[in-house]
Amino acid sequence: MTEAYVLALLPFLAAVGAAATPRMAAIWGLCATLINLGASILLAARILSGGDMRADLGDWPAPLGISLVADGLAAVMLSMTAIVATAVALQAMSWGLVQPRGGQQRSRLQAGFWPLWLATLGALNALFLSGDLFNIYVTFEILGLSAVGLTALTGSRNSLRAAFDYLAAGLAGSLVFLLGVALAYAAVGRVDLAAVPALVDTATGRLALGLIFAGLAVKAALFPLHFWMPAAHSSAAPAASAVLSALVVKGALYLALRITIEAGAGIEVLRIALAVLGAAGMLWGSWMALRAERLKLLVAYSTVAQIGLITLAIGVADDPSTSAMWQAAALLMLSHALAKAAMFLAVGRIAEELGHDRISGLNRTDLRPGVAEFAFAIAAVSLIGLPPTAGFIGKWLLIDGLIDRGAWVWIALLLGGTALSAAYLSRVVSRCLRGGPHVAPGARRPEWRTGDVAALGLATTALALGLGSALPLTLLNGTAL
Amino acid sequence: MTELLPLAILMTSLCAAPIILAIPERARTLRTTINLTAATLKVGLVAWLSIAVAAGGEFNLRLGIAPGLDLHLQADALSVLFLALSAVLWFLTTIYAIGYLEGGADRSRFFGFFSLCVAATVGIAMAGNLFTFLIFFELLTLATWPLVVHRGTAESHRAGRIYLAYTLGGGLALTLGTVWLYALAGDVPFAPRGVLGDLPQTAPLALTAIFVLLIAGVGVKAALFPLHGWLPLSMVAPAPVSALLHAVAVVKAGAFGIMRIVYDVYGVETVQLLGLAAPLAALAAVTIIWGSVRALTQDDLKKRLAYSTISQVSYITLGVALLSPVAAVGGLAHLIHQGIMKITLFLAAGNFAEGRGVKTVSAMDGMGRLMPGATIAFTIGSLGMIGVPPLAGFVSKWYLGSGGLDAGQPMVIALLAGSSLLNAAYFLPILYRAWFRDPPEGAPVKRRIGWMLAVPPAATAALILAAGLLANAPFSPLGWTRFIVSLEYL
Repeated sequence: MTEAYVLALLPFLAAVGAAATPRMAAIWGLCATLINLGASILLAARILSGGDMRADLGDWPAPLGISLVADGLAAVMLSMTAIVATAVALQAMSWGLVQPRGGQQRSRLQAGFWPLWLATLGALNALFLSGDLFNIYVTFEILGLSAVGLTALTGSRNSLRAAFDYLAAGLAGSLVFLLGVALAYAAVGRVDLAAVPALVDTATGRLALGLIFAGLAVKAALFPLHFWMPAAHSSAAPAASAVLSALVVKGALYLALRITIEAGAGIEVLRIALAVLGAAGMLWGSWMALRAERLKLLVAYSTVAQIGLITLAIGVADDPSTSAMWQAAALLMLSHALAKAAMFLAVGRIAEELGHDRISGLNRTDLRPGVAEFAFAIAAVSLIGLPPTAGFIGKWLLIDGLIDRGAWVWIALLLGGTALSAAYLSRVVSRCLRGGPHVAPGARRPEWRTGDVAALGLATTALALGLGSALPLTLLNGTAL
Repeated sequence: MTELLPLAILMTSLCAAPIILAIPERARTLRTTINLTAATLKVGLVAWLSIAVAAGGEFNLRLGIAPGLDLHLQADALSVLFLALSAVLWFLTTIYAIGYLEGGADRSRFFGFFSLCVAATVGIAMAGNLFTFLIFFELLTLATWPLVVHRGTAESHRAGRIYLAYTLGGGLALTLGTVWLYALAGDVPFAPRGVLGDLPQTAPLALTAIFVLLIAGVGVKAALFPLHGWLPLSMVAPAPVSALLHAVAVVKAGAFGIMRIVYDVYGVETVQLLGLAAPLAALAAVTIIWGSVRALTQDDLKKRLAYSTISQVSYITLGVALLSPVAAVGGLAHLIHQGIMKITLFLAAGNFAEGRGVKTVSAMDGMGRLMPGATIAFTIGSLGMIGVPPLAGFVSKWYLGSGGLDAGQPMVIALLAGSSLLNAAYFLPILYRAWFRDPPEGAPVKRRIGWMLAVPPAATAALILAAGLLANAPFSPLGWTRFIVSLEYL
């Protein structure tokens, strides 16, 4: 269980170290991320061979102490986080965070970025490892605050305003969530996740669940509570956007999935609400992405759409004791995390090279398409969910389950959402395929940067993951139901 | 080692693609070497595989993706038919493309996606189940798009958008049909005479709906009426891409998909039982006539050829849908015959455009004197399309016609006669202008056509002659299709 302790504690220690010694911040960050990656792989391997594990901090058992639990779902989420974290760290190391605007500002950004990012990483890990709702509330608070810090990092007017909205929304969501947890404690006298089925049986408990999900909806930027999100994700620095969009919202989605798995069959109303809001978010986000004029905003709205898709998957998944549809939701989360992080990193690079991120101007340039554009295109294939990506396998499992139930309306919505995502992403990719008259014969190609490896690596991982889906699915199948 | 042959064939172009994409634009020799090595290697490997399959060898490679979901590569007689076509024509098209794009922009990108296209085609040919087929089918869509928009003009981007809208839409239908079939029947491996067991009795309605979805999905690429709209627009792409779209990969993948679905998923008996053959045959007949009629009025040479493709590819569908073994021989053989004839026509048309700047039918006057080599190739291709004996097209039409009689559908003879008349009506005026009219005064200055442009159409024209004259040889397209049909109809 050493790995779990490492995952939950090391990033926080490194965050303190990075804050205390700003000159060494990047070193702290890189070392912590790499150890984190190793620990998550070890944990996944151990769960794969030996099943779930649980440990009590300081040997205090559940109702009183803090216990760490890890099963297949947690392992998948932890590995997902660790992979994205490594790429983000690589990119932040090699490139800085925004267009270089003088060394001093850049080093200030670096110094601010690492502690906040490491705290985010630690909070996410702790969230995935937590077995009770109160601890999860605490991790949400840390996660929310450090994410707001990441949003505000560049200090531009837009990002400060977005960060303020984010802070307000996050606090409101936390309060509602905390209220739900308190009510849950009042209803059944405990707050560990295993108590969720008991909640379903009482009126207070159901109210508590409702509040918890309302809080989660704000934090996950689920339509129509996503108002704070596009601005926050599109105005942050690229590495920060990647973290916010790929990982931070996954915390809330993970918990929604976890609770619906624990609750089993008794929460039909909640499931339907999730599915309906998810579908609405998918369509609305896609529509807004279709109309967006700036690349970062398009990618941010695509996150609204994808969150909708994942929520839809969580909502329509049947009782997990009889069907494996929930695994589709987990797979879609995994795929989205990798692809969206790749996309934000690539967009950051494209905007840096072009000096702007207007979509209409993407093909009017003397610059040849570079690695970043290629990474964007591959990530787009994953997000649309075309074969052979993990997104495709996720959608396949979902449609397979829906056909068994004869739920044709959901299938139609799902396919509609897929078509829309192809439409808004091809807007960008077609402009990346610039050539011919738009590009002068002697046009230069952006140079290689080590940071490009991050975007391209993540994008190809997302692509190849479809063929390797057997691995995450085996992990998920081992999850205690 | 031999059992890894399908993987090796796939990898020759799948590995070449990223390498070529990463090569700097100016490293011309390196790129050409990789291109030609991969293409040559592939022809050799496919020849080896054909011999092994003819000797009764079986190839199955599986990779588990999810419970009940396998990536499955196999090689059977039908795979070999399509593989041989794509390997040989890829080789010739690569040579042609290297010559054609000499000095052009973005060649690394072009050849990278070109290789990816062929990898996808090979994957389609060797897919062992519907899931694998779907994966490579979608990959083909994505890999072709950058080729269609290669010129980078507003017009080609528009064509690219429409291409993508059609093919991704078709992809959605195909995906839904595939998942549905998997939900009903479990894994759907391709096997002669179908794999559906007693489902036709228990779930006939669902199977009919799935059939419609699947055929609509592959029908987009096969340019079945009314899903053909993207094909004439895509002729804005460079000539080697048109060859690829029309002869080697895209429409062929669609037609091949129809064969797989009818023969190896549903099976002839089930298709007959569900009454799905007649509508499919009717659709093919409408497409044959419609494509030819539209071709009559096109002055743009490549557009005329594009409409001709719409018509000719549906011969394949017709041969499949008539459900008679004789017609099936005609349809399957036409997969090859149409491929070599259409590629000849497109490559020759590309040479007219390169050598003399001639892109329209009305500018073809005197081409026979100006560019005799290309015009002879074009003539052989045209006469083959019309169905003049002893060229390849005649063999296809003969078997299709006899098959129609065999299936008790004498209307097919009328259809073929009508279509051949239309073929003649839109091809003969071109030939007349080329051979019997004088070149216009002040004909455009001649540009040199290198051997890389001249040899491929000559080679494919020779293949047209050979496929017709040597139709009875055991390794001819016709001989091989008889072998396949003997497996499908016992």
